[in-house]
Amino acid sequence: MPVALPQFKPYRPQMPAINKKNTMSNTLNHEAAESLPAGDVVSAHRPSIEQLAGPTPFPGTVHQAPGGNFLVSKMDEVINWARSNSLWPLTFGTSCCAIEMMSAYSAKYDWSRFGFEVARATPRQADVIIIAGTIVNKMAPVLKRLYDQMADPKYVVAMGACATSGGPFFYNTYSVVKGADHVIPVDVYIAGCPPRPEALIHALMALQVKIKAGMTREQIRDEMKAPPQPE
Amino acid sequence: MTREELQQLIATQFAGCSFEEGTEWLTVDISADSWKTGAQWLRQHNDLLFDFLFCLTCVDWKTHLTMVYHLTSTTYRHTLVVKCKLNREKPEIETVSDIWRTAEFHEREVYELFGVIFLNHPDLRKLILPDEWEGYPLRKDYEDPINMIKL
Repeated sequence: MPVALPQFKPYRPQMPAINKKNTMSNTLNHEAAESLPAGDVVSAHRPSIEQLAGPTPFPGTVHQAPGGNFLVSKMDEVINWARSNSLWPLTFGTSCCAIEMMSAYSAKYDWSRFGFEVARATPRQADVIIIAGTIVNKMAPVLKRLYDQMADPKYVVAMGACATSGGPFFYNTYSVVKGADHVIPVDVYIAGCPPRPEALIHALMALQVKIKAGMTREQIRDEMKAPPQPE
Repeated sequence: MTREELQQLIATQFAGCSFEEGTEWLTVDISADSWKTGAQWLRQHNDLLFDFLFCLTCVDWKTHLTMVYHLTSTTYRHTLVVKCKLNREKPEIETVSDIWRTAEFHEREVYELFGVIFLNHPDLRKLILPDEWEGYPLRKDYEDPINMIKL
């Protein structure tokens, strides 16, 4: 009889956008998934965003068999799981957000614990670019080129007010791009000026969830916006 | 040297200068004509030796421009702020890049952002803005309908 891998209670960072009540259908929310008959886990069920927050076990189910067990999984899920746990950020910082990013790198916050590890000095070896700071008109083509040089799959985090919207330089400025998403597509935005290292780590964890979900931005949005269940 | 002694000494060089009250550092307003020779004097006078120009900037007051020079002496540790009023329509002042080398880049920056012409500057080009840039973005009346969102 197939046995699901042991489930441990995942650590879930605060994700205020998810409202448990009206997020997703009952069969997909976390408690319900736990009570499903083990055999069904392998079938069509897609893990919810909520389930994917925090550390997740290796995707798949172990089937016990005489002479050794075997594991049934999906290549897509395994690949996404591997990708999400080995994000290599590009060394890129244009202003004070970069100082907070360096803090997140170093001993006190040590974000290597979460699987976003070695900062790469070349875009060709990086998976994720953290736009840490103001993007000025003169920097925009450089940012675009760096992004283009990164190998697929690639992800973008807009860190802080400047990278999100221009922030304090939104009005009456001749030189600042009003949001890095005018130049390249952004996966995760972080509020703050500058955001604390915890916020940056949270953003990268949110990115991991996104990768593990293997869904497009629109699919995630629709899942979060699912109509409320009848009481 | 005390602030009062410094003020008396500087008043001997700049005829018709005025000193500002209530400033952190001794601040003298002079005319643009007397700046070049006065700068040499400030740099070389044995009791002054202002050998470090630590800030060079400009202010747009809408009616006129003001050049601001912050000088300090690494020998005597005294500091002086020099201000020069400039005509906004034709802002011209002598360069001091031959006295304090650092002024070369700072004057280029003021040139591109405020449009002040530094006479006898060795290389008066734009510093950071693209060469084809038009207008002086730090002037109060600068308009850029494409990039700027007015508040």
